[in-house]
Amino acid sequence: MAGEAYITGIGMSEVGVRLTRSAIGLTVDAVKEAIADAGLTLDQIDGVSTYPGKMQAFLGFSPISTDDLIEVLGLKTRWHAGTGEATAQLGAITDAASAVKAGLARHVICFRTVYEAAALARPDEYPPMQRRNDITGGSQWVSPFGAFSAACWTAQFATRHMKRYGLTREQLAQVALNDHRNAALNPRAIVREPLTMDKYMSARMITTPFCLYDCDRFTDASTVVIVSAGDALDEVKSQPIRIAASAGSLERYSWDQAEWASAYPTGRDLWKNTDYSVKDVDTVQFYDGFAFQPITWLEGLGFCEVGEGGRFIEGGTRIARDGELPMNTGGGQLGWGRLHGFGFAFESVVQLRGDGGARQIAGDPKVAVATSGGGPMAAALLLAKD
Amino acid sequence: MTWQRSRIRLDRDNRAFWTGGAEGKLNIVRCDDCGQFTHPPREICRHCQSENVAPHAVAGTGAVDTYTVNYQAWAKDMEVPFVIARVRLDDVPGVYLTTNIVNCPVDAVDIDDRVKVVFEEQDGIWYPLFEKVA
Repeated sequence: MAGEAYITGIGMSEVGVRLTRSAIGLTVDAVKEAIADAGLTLDQIDGVSTYPGKMQAFLGFSPISTDDLIEVLGLKTRWHAGTGEATAQLGAITDAASAVKAGLARHVICFRTVYEAAALARPDEYPPMQRRNDITGGSQWVSPFGAFSAACWTAQFATRHMKRYGLTREQLAQVALNDHRNAALNPRAIVREPLTMDKYMSARMITTPFCLYDCDRFTDASTVVIVSAGDALDEVKSQPIRIAASAGSLERYSWDQAEWASAYPTGRDLWKNTDYSVKDVDTVQFYDGFAFQPITWLEGLGFCEVGEGGRFIEGGTRIARDGELPMNTGGGQLGWGRLHGFGFAFESVVQLRGDGGARQIAGDPKVAVATSGGGPMAAALLLAKD
Repeated sequence: MTWQRSRIRLDRDNRAFWTGGAEGKLNIVRCDDCGQFTHPPREICRHCQSENVAPHAVAGTGAVDTYTVNYQAWAKDMEVPFVIARVRLDDVPGVYLTTNIVNCPVDAVDIDDRVKVVFEEQDGIWYPLFEKVA
């Protein structure tokens, strides 16, 4: 349909830990898979979008720029963008959708390449980040107090949820348990070993209430999503998935000043520009860099009341593959790997096309929600099969 | 905690906050026009956009808004566990400080506990930490 934006191709590199293949090599692998999936050729690509753009200082957090990709693929682009000053990771897909709707491009490669495990293993190539001297910007308000990781920032919101609404560790555990169960059915996921409640409860604590299994781990991978204009679908051979709505917000740039996570305003906003409602959603792919985040997404999007997220996932049956709201069917970031948001768009497309194989949810799913971030900034996409 | 804290690069905006402890002052930027506070500090009020702002010594008392007990040694010399907390300051609406709650066992901290500032100086930076008030 003209005036609409669609995801027409998805691709992913090898997903692993401490890979030796170069970051640009992984990115090209993912592009090639996505191009083939869409039935396009590189000369039909006229846009590139990424989040957050190249960041030299942050080890392997984001080693590849739009320029790098345009250069190695010899693309002739009419539009490109890559910035961290966007509505979280999936904002790169929202931006691409805006561009194709505006006629600035017809087929846009959106990519997210992460290389943190490899970078950590190769300090000669990737000098460790300086956390101790000459701190500026937002990190000066947290890192002097040992809050080096987003785990420490997010955990405080989880603590508050426990005290205010009664969230329990047994409820929180369901995110990781569900992720592990689903990852076992996903050949591309890095986590293969099963997780039990006993194993979860006896795991070492990272920062309360988060134990080891509540936190994603550094992963090396590239994920690509191709966004195409509605009037260019005749060039595509895959089943297109429409980006029916998107939303994003920024709560406060300094995480510790936010009264609530941005998943709440973003979640409310997603429904404002669409006729779809929560009742129509067949599967959710919620950002889970930390296990608490899907709980805020459930509440923020209105699948349950604020404060009820823990009770919603209690026991894990509702969010299981055969439950009323299958969540993170590919394993999420706790099971699949830290693909940094893009995995959720990828998996939504897999499920809506019915390509999930052993992890495919039953029936004929038509609507999915994919999210990224949810702390200081957030993005959500509503994806629909027409 | 006796570890080397991240050393701040002082600039025009943040100097009063990170050095106020030398005089026992917890300085938060306040607007002389609308009376509201802006933190992290800036040279413009985030409430009314006035540029008539200046660091203002606040009481330095408050309450634990929320917290986490950190067990992971993110740096080699870090002594764990310790409490990372978000403190809401008395009479400074809408401003929180990330800090450590010190001078008590890690399991003695709870939300709404009353706290007051204690400064720890390292290399010319005065880090505002907090301890419980009985």
